[in-house]
Amino acid sequence: MTQSSQGSDGESLSTNENLDNTSASGVQGLVADWASDVEVFKDVPWGKAMMWIFLLSDTFIFTCFLTGYMTVRISTTVPWPIPSEVFALTIAGHHIPLVLIAIMTFILITSSGTMAMAVNFGYRKNRKVAAILMFVTALFGASFVGMQVFEWTKLIVDEGVRPWSNPMGAAQFGSTFFMVTGFHGLHVSIGVIYLSIVARKVWRGDYEHTNYEIIEIAGLYWHFVDLVWVFIFAFFYLW
Amino acid sequence: MEHAEGQQQHPVGLYFKIWILLFVLSTFSYLVDYLDFQGYLRWTLIIIFMLLKAGFIVAIFMHMMWERMALICAILLPPLALGVLISLMAIEGDTTFLIRSIVFG
Repeated sequence: MTQSSQGSDGESLSTNENLDNTSASGVQGLVADWASDVEVFKDVPWGKAMMWIFLLSDTFIFTCFLTGYMTVRISTTVPWPIPSEVFALTIAGHHIPLVLIAIMTFILITSSGTMAMAVNFGYRKNRKVAAILMFVTALFGASFVGMQVFEWTKLIVDEGVRPWSNPMGAAQFGSTFFMVTGFHGLHVSIGVIYLSIVARKVWRGDYEHTNYEIIEIAGLYWHFVDLVWVFIFAFFYLW
Repeated sequence: MEHAEGQQQHPVGLYFKIWILLFVLSTFSYLVDYLDFQGYLRWTLIIIFMLLKAGFIVAIFMHMMWERMALICAILLPPLALGVLISLMAIEGDTTFLIRSIVFG
């Protein structure tokens, strides 16, 4: 596109918009001015674009936490506790490494699967099935948090891990573990509440006039929580 | 795209296949620990399984592979900057370890 045609197009556009928007002033003017921006993400509901941008910011937060964990683990001269042994459980006389973490991983993946199905049934306008699948997803999420509470209790009470010290090795183990998994657990807990609220509204038929993109938006958040767990599982428990 | 009004409508079977695939990949990454692989083999396998899982979740479950290029770029390109942070902090961590080893013996 040439410079001149662009300029003339822009001018005619801006004069039109000036006529529409300058009538409002103050806070209304502020809103009107921002709302006059052209649409960037075509064919994408605004709520979905905003959820993606929120998840992008969350990606930076979780990466900062995991990078902090990496830095203290690299720089400590004290041996790091072996996760495979710290998180082992003895079930019926058998010593199984990481078994609870493996179950938690499978539960979160299953909840992601039911969430994807809920989105699908929402777009098929089958709101009852979609709502039930969302409740099932929230239940899986709640059981995940329950197991995390069990894991934390075992670590704090039985193994004596504290944010400032632990009997197994480097003190930084406790602080990074509680911070990273705690922040993730908080995300899961908020997700359970968020999904329950949206599922109830879907069940009631509050979104009948829409395309049910709200379920996809809630689903994006839930899949992100699963996504973060994939990285925590690899870097914290397996490394 | 075949769907109207920006909807993400895909066959249910696709989600089942990805679901099973994620199960299998998780089992593999758990087996890396259970079978006690060590050294470069362990790190390589952990990273490969992790990236595959993350990729399938973002591409299929979060529908990223069917989105328009504008959204894909806006969301997936900025995290590349984190690579700089991670590299710098890895160098920093190594330096700190070296100094601690010398000073504290």
